[in-house]
Amino acid sequence: MPDIVEIHDLRKAYSDGFEALKGVTLNIKKGEILALLGPNGAGKTTLISTVCGITTATGGSVKVGGHDTVLDYRAARSMIGLVPQEINLEPFETVMSTVRFSRGLFGKPKNAAALEKILKQLSLWDKKDTQIRALSGGMKRRVLIAKALAHDPRVLFLDEPTAGVDVELRRDMWEIVAELKADGVTIILTTHYIEEAEAIADRIGVIAHGELLLVEDKDKLMARMGKKQLTVQLSKPIDALPASLTSDTLALSPDGESLIYTYDTRAERTGITKLLSDVAAAGLVLTDIETSQSSLEDIFVDLVKEGAV
Amino acid sequence: MNWIAVSSIYKFEMTRFFRTITQSFVSPVLSTSLYFVVFGAAIGSRIQEVEGISYGAFIVPGLIMLSVITQSISNASFGIYFPKFIGTVFELLSAPVNFIEIVLGYVGAAATKALFIGVIILATAFFFVDITIQHPVWMVVFLVLTCVSFSLFGFIIGIWAGNFEQLQLVPLLIITPLVFLGGSFYSISMLPPVWQVISHFNPVVYLISGFRWSFFGAADVPILTSLFAIAGFTALCLAVIWWIFRTGWRIRQ
Ligand SMILES: Nc1ncnc2c1ncn2[C@@H]1O[C@H](COP(=O)(O)OP(=O)(O)OP(=O)(O)O)[C@@H](O)[C@H]1O
Ligand SMILES: [Mg+2]
Repeated sequence: MPDIVEIHDLRKAYSDGFEALKGVTLNIKKGEILALLGPNGAGKTTLISTVCGITTATGGSVKVGGHDTVLDYRAARSMIGLVPQEINLEPFETVMSTVRFSRGLFGKPKNAAALEKILKQLSLWDKKDTQIRALSGGMKRRVLIAKALAHDPRVLFLDEPTAGVDVELRRDMWEIVAELKADGVTIILTTHYIEEAEAIADRIGVIAHGELLLVEDKDKLMARMGKKQLTVQLSKPIDALPASLTSDTLALSPDGESLIYTYDTRAERTGITKLLSDVAAAGLVLTDIETSQSSLEDIFVDLVKEGAV
Repeated sequence: MNWIAVSSIYKFEMTRFFRTITQSFVSPVLSTSLYFVVFGAAIGSRIQEVEGISYGAFIVPGLIMLSVITQSISNASFGIYFPKFIGTVFELLSAPVNFIEIVLGYVGAAATKALFIGVIILATAFFFVDITIQHPVWMVVFLVLTCVSFSLFGFIIGIWAGNFEQLQLVPLLIITPLVFLGGSFYSISMLPPVWQVISHFNPVVYLISGFRWSFFGAADVPILTSLFAIAGFTALCLAVIWWIFRTGWRIRQ
C-alpha cells in the first residue's frame, strides 16, 4: 500500500530569509499515528502549514493520497483536516454554525447527522448553540477539532492538541485519537508532552532546526536506545567507589548512598550477576535494588542535544 | 467550481450582517434623513433647480452612491480583514477552494449588503422628495455594478491592510474626497472650467453621472463613457485580486 502522505525534500524559507525547513523527507503510512517531537521553533508548525497549503514551500513536494498538494490541491486538501496550534475562532459564532461552515467550505453537502455525531463524540452537543466566546479553553480546542473533522478527512493534523489541557481532557483527547485511528484516519500530531507520544503514537519523528533527525517505530526506538538503570541502595553511605568496582558503567550517587549501574537490556550479558558478586566481595551491604528504563524523554533530550552540535 | 463553498462563505457573511440588522439599517436611514433635512430642505430651498430638477431630488442619486460606495468598501474590507486578524483565515487557505470561489463568497456578500442599504436609502428618499426613475433597468445595472466593483476594491484593501488604522485609511483619505468631489451634491457643469477638467480624472464622477442619468435622463458625461469607466474599474480590481492570489501577497507566507 502506498504511503498516504509523501513529503519529499520539503524546504521553506520565510520572507526574511530564515530557513525553517531544510529539506524534510517523510512518508506517513495509512492509518498510523505519527508524533512529531521537537523543541520550540523546530519547524513542526511550519511543516504542517506547508503540507496544508497555509504557507508555500520554497522547494520539494508533498503528496497526500497520491495528489500533489500544489498541482492537485483540491483533491489533496479535501483529504486533510487541520487543528492549528493557536485557537483561532470567531468569538460571536455559535459552535454549530462554525462547524457547519467548515464542512461547507470543503464542498461537502449538509449532513446534520454527521455533525451531530462529531459534536457528541467531542462532548460539545449540549453547547452547539453557544457562542464560542462563552466556552472554556479546552472546549474551544475541541471546537477546532470538530471543525477539522467536519468534512470527514482521511488525514488529520493535530498541532499540539493537548497544550494547556487538563489531565482528564488529555485522556479524552487520546481516546478520540484512538477512535479516529479505528475509523482509519491517519493522524499526525505534534506535542511537547513526551509521555503523550509514548502513550499514543505508532511512530515518532524528531525535528530540530528544520531538519528531521529521526523517524522510527516507537517500540523499536525505545528498545534501540532504551537503556536500563539499576540502582543499588547501600546500608551505609560511602565516600568513593572501591577500586575493585571502578568501571564506565557504574557510578556512585552524589549522596554516596547508592550505586547506579547502567546497562543495555539487549546486550548478550547485562553484567548484573558480576556486579552483585563484586559488590558483595567489596564488603558492601545492600538494602534495596531498583531498576528503571530510560524514557522517551531522555532519548529525545539526547537526540536534540546531539543535533545542536 | 466548489459552489457549496461559495454559498457557505456567502451565508456565513450574511448571518453576520443580519445579526446586527438594526445597526445596519438604522444608521443609513438616519444619515440620509439628515442629509435631506440639511441639504434638501435648509440649503436646497435657496438653491434653484439644477438642470430642471429640484435640488432635493437632484441629490438622491449622489446620496445613494455615497452610501453604497462606502458600505461596499467597508463591508468587503472588514469581511476579509477580520479572518486575517483573528487567524481564522487558515481555514480558507487550507480548504479546497480557489480564489474565484473565495472572492465570489466574500465580495458577493459585501455587495449584497451594500445593495440592501442602497435600496433602503432610495425608499427613505421617497418620503422626502418626488422622484420618478426614467430608466429603472439602467438604475439597477449601475447600482449593482457599483456595489460589485467597490466591494472588489474593498476586498483588496482588506487584504492589504496590516491593522485597523490602515483599514480605515484608504476609505477616509481617498474614497470620501473622491465621492464628495464626484458631484454627489452638484452638477459638474456648475464648477469653474479648470475644476471641470480636473473632475474628469475622478472616476466617481462617471459613476454618479451615469447613475443620475438613469434617474433624470441628464448626465455630466456620456452614458457609455460611464459604463466603460465602471467596467474598467471592475476589471482592474479583478486583475489585482487575481495577482494577489497567485502570489499569496499578504495572506500566504
Ligand atoms: N511567518 C514567519 N516569518 C518568519 N519566520 C517564521 C515565521 N513563522 C515561523 N517562523 C520561524 O520558523 C521557525 C519554526 O517555527 P515553527 O512555528 O514551525 O516552530 P514549531 O516547531 O512549531 O515550534 P513550537 O513548538 O514553539 O510551536 C521558528 O524559528 C520561527 O521563528
Ligand atoms: Mg508550533
